[in-house]
Amino acid sequence: MTSLNVNGKTVKVDADPSTPVLWALRESLQLTGTKFGCGAALCGACTVHVDGQPVRSCVTPISSIGKQKITTIEAVASDKVGKAVQAAWVKHDVAQCGYCQSGQIMSATALLRSKRRPSDADIDTAMAGNICRCGTYARIRAAIKDAAASLA
Amino acid sequence: MNYQQLMARAGLAQATADTTLGRRGFLKLSAGAGFALGLFTQVDDATAQAAANGLKPNQLPAAFVNIDAKGIVTVMVNRLDFGQGVITGLPMLVADEMDADWSKVRGELAPAGDAYKDPAFGIQMTGGSGSMRNSWLQYRELGARARAMLVGAAAQRFGVAPEACSVANGVVTAGKKRATFGQLALDAMKQPVPEKVVLKDAKDFKRIGKPTGRLDAQAKASGRQSFGIDSRAEGMKTVLIVHPPVFGAQAASFDASKAKAIKGVHEVLQVKLDRGATGLAIVADGYWPAKMGRDALQVSWNTEGVEKVDTDALLARYKQMASEPGIKVREADLSKIATAPKKISAVFTFPYLAHAPMEPLNCLIDFDGTRCKLSVGSQFQTIDQATVAATLGLKPQDVQLTTMMAGGGFGRRAVPTSDYLVEAAQVAKAWRAAGKSGPLKIVWSREDDIRGGYYRPMHVHRAEIGFDDKGNVLGWDHTIVGQSILMGTPFEAFMVKNGVDSVSTEGVADTPYNVPMALQVHHPKVNVPVLWWRSVGHTHTAFVMETLVDEIARATGQDPVAYRRALINDKHQHHLAALDLAVEKSGYGKKTLPKGQAFGVAVHESFGSVVAYVVEASVANGQPVLHRVTAGVACGTAVNPLAVEAQVQGAALMALGTTLPGAAITLKDGVVQQSNFGDYTVARMPQMPAIAVHIVPSTAPPTGMGEPGVPPLAPAFANALAQLTGKPLRALPFEMG
Repeated sequence: MTSLNVNGKTVKVDADPSTPVLWALRESLQLTGTKFGCGAALCGACTVHVDGQPVRSCVTPISSIGKQKITTIEAVASDKVGKAVQAAWVKHDVAQCGYCQSGQIMSATALLRSKRRPSDADIDTAMAGNICRCGTYARIRAAIKDAAASLA
Repeated sequence: MNYQQLMARAGLAQATADTTLGRRGFLKLSAGAGFALGLFTQVDDATAQAAANGLKPNQLPAAFVNIDAKGIVTVMVNRLDFGQGVITGLPMLVADEMDADWSKVRGELAPAGDAYKDPAFGIQMTGGSGSMRNSWLQYRELGARARAMLVGAAAQRFGVAPEACSVANGVVTAGKKRATFGQLALDAMKQPVPEKVVLKDAKDFKRIGKPTGRLDAQAKASGRQSFGIDSRAEGMKTVLIVHPPVFGAQAASFDASKAKAIKGVHEVLQVKLDRGATGLAIVADGYWPAKMGRDALQVSWNTEGVEKVDTDALLARYKQMASEPGIKVREADLSKIATAPKKISAVFTFPYLAHAPMEPLNCLIDFDGTRCKLSVGSQFQTIDQATVAATLGLKPQDVQLTTMMAGGGFGRRAVPTSDYLVEAAQVAKAWRAAGKSGPLKIVWSREDDIRGGYYRPMHVHRAEIGFDDKGNVLGWDHTIVGQSILMGTPFEAFMVKNGVDSVSTEGVADTPYNVPMALQVHHPKVNVPVLWWRSVGHTHTAFVMETLVDEIARATGQDPVAYRRALINDKHQHHLAALDLAVEKSGYGKKTLPKGQAFGVAVHESFGSVVAYVVEASVANGQPVLHRVTAGVACGTAVNPLAVEAQVQGAALMALGTTLPGAAITLKDGVVQQSNFGDYTVARMPQMPAIAVHIVPSTAPPTGMGEPGVPPLAPAFANALAQLTGKPLRALPFEMG
């Protein structure tokens, strides 16, 4: 049994210690908002926050978490930055298939927590690891800027 | 295309009964609202009524429109939504004709069922950018019929004639009397289903044509949207399949002892796989134990007797074939090429491409020996249902197929052979044969996806063009070499003529340019499974045509836009409208670009729509950079302009990805060389240009929009680069010499 703090609650996960956080979330805890895209930290679909930092959960073993706090898409709107990002995503009609958007929102929220007024270059750097095959990047960029403005 | 012929061709029996329109199936839909009313629930009565008045199942509101007591209108969507937005767009059509309150309208993906077959194709499918085009009248008529039934119910309640009633925002009024759709729904179900309905004039549309946010935007911004991969069932096990390293090879022997020793691994099954291959299925408690089991499994493969493709050698062979006589598609007098004042001799190459949708392929299958439940993001419900049934020895109606929202597809979920679903069915059979039961979730890893075949076929084009100093084309000799996508599939009968696969030549054979062109094609047989990839043949034909036309313009000192305008056959007014709009909005020919930047232009028709791009590009450190894209789009009525914009933005970005280094699938000794997003390049945020999408106003019926944004992007970009470097580009991905 591995003990994890997920979205403010302590939960027990009965899985091999090498199990990535992604699968503990999706299969043991049924938090399926976090998505499997590549299994190799190449696409960003599985992005969660670990102590506020964006982390690729598909390559992060549950044994490495310890007492750090995991936040997933299901709880990201519990603070004002995450809430603003989510609202901007809806306002800009960002999602197409939507599969990558949980990860996009987690990366964008982490960006806005560290930089309240990100430049285009900041957005490129922070979001380059999150692939969207539908090509929603133009709207993602607009939504991030809008969320930043709403938080100013 | 005709469904019976299609199924007969595939050797599949037709589903004779509709398994999914049962009362019970829809009651749960409204459970959240507390009380199920609505038109859906009376489907049996409605079917009987329809038989009397000659309506087909796909014309009955009962199968499509549910209204609950609170007035929530749920519209069943007869398509897969994998990002293109039909879960919003089709309900918009119904809502407009119903005069529903848009804030109370919802969309729901329909399961496999007769009522949900495409009115044009006769099977339930999503493809050819045809959802809006083919369901435009169908869904508006459904809305108009539902409205008439609600008005009929209101008229009875009010004691007035139906003509005395008016409808707005989900409320029927007559003088001071009023009733909401929710209040009328139960009575409306008892009204006759009108056969003939009068549809609105375009000027009266309230929802159609209005930029409308997706109905699933909130769910998709909060992790609440459920995709196929999120499907669960009690007692479910997860399955990973081990495919052979070469397409069609066999598992000669294997040692499962280490795999089975892993906690959570239940079984290692030997299974029949796609294309005559065999492989292994690891059944485990979850993805991670299945993955550990797969990693621990030792398999030796027999690859004898299957062609081991080497793409370098194949490319050389294709180039050779391109200079040999092929099957004639178009003929023309080519005698003037030899003596023409100017000539272009060009060979173009295009690689295999994986679709790589963000959601890896998956399905949830539960086979109990006599019936099967299948949850999958299917683009071909009718074919998938019938093919899985045939694999399991069942009738199609014994396979209950639930359509799940899919995380992209780009063609990969529309497989004539139902490849990964047949494999899932084989696993389910083997699981039962091993004495086990219960639902299985088959999941592909990204590596399985990238190496799993069904690629956009590799192509070579060769063109010899003779023209004069004014750009008059004196002769155009064109040859295309590439595997047929459709031969050997149920679609062959309809889309392959005289040995020519129409999806290989589309975009060249039907060129809008007035040129004396002869076209030949070769369809070599190669041991690499191929498939349509967003915009299909246009992914390569538009690049060839639009870069060549541009090159003739440059070679004769003409403006590429003016040259196109002169060369386009005057029957192709949509080309001119799209091109003119893109040119006007981009500032082409008027604004001065920063030093080192150039404009590039391309225009191309596909799926009934024309997209023109004017792009601004430069070269930085030897690498092409796309700065700005201005699109002109001619797509008939833009049902949801916000969705049209999204499709063009996304298609442009996807096409941009095909120009990038590493956007290619290659094989060596039969083995695919790429495995994941680290070595198979797709476009990322830093590559996204500024993009503006402009739509040509129209009240004509809508044409396709899911794909037409792809074809002209890469050639427009290439044309800008050729303007800068003086060197034409002849390959995707770009080869910057």
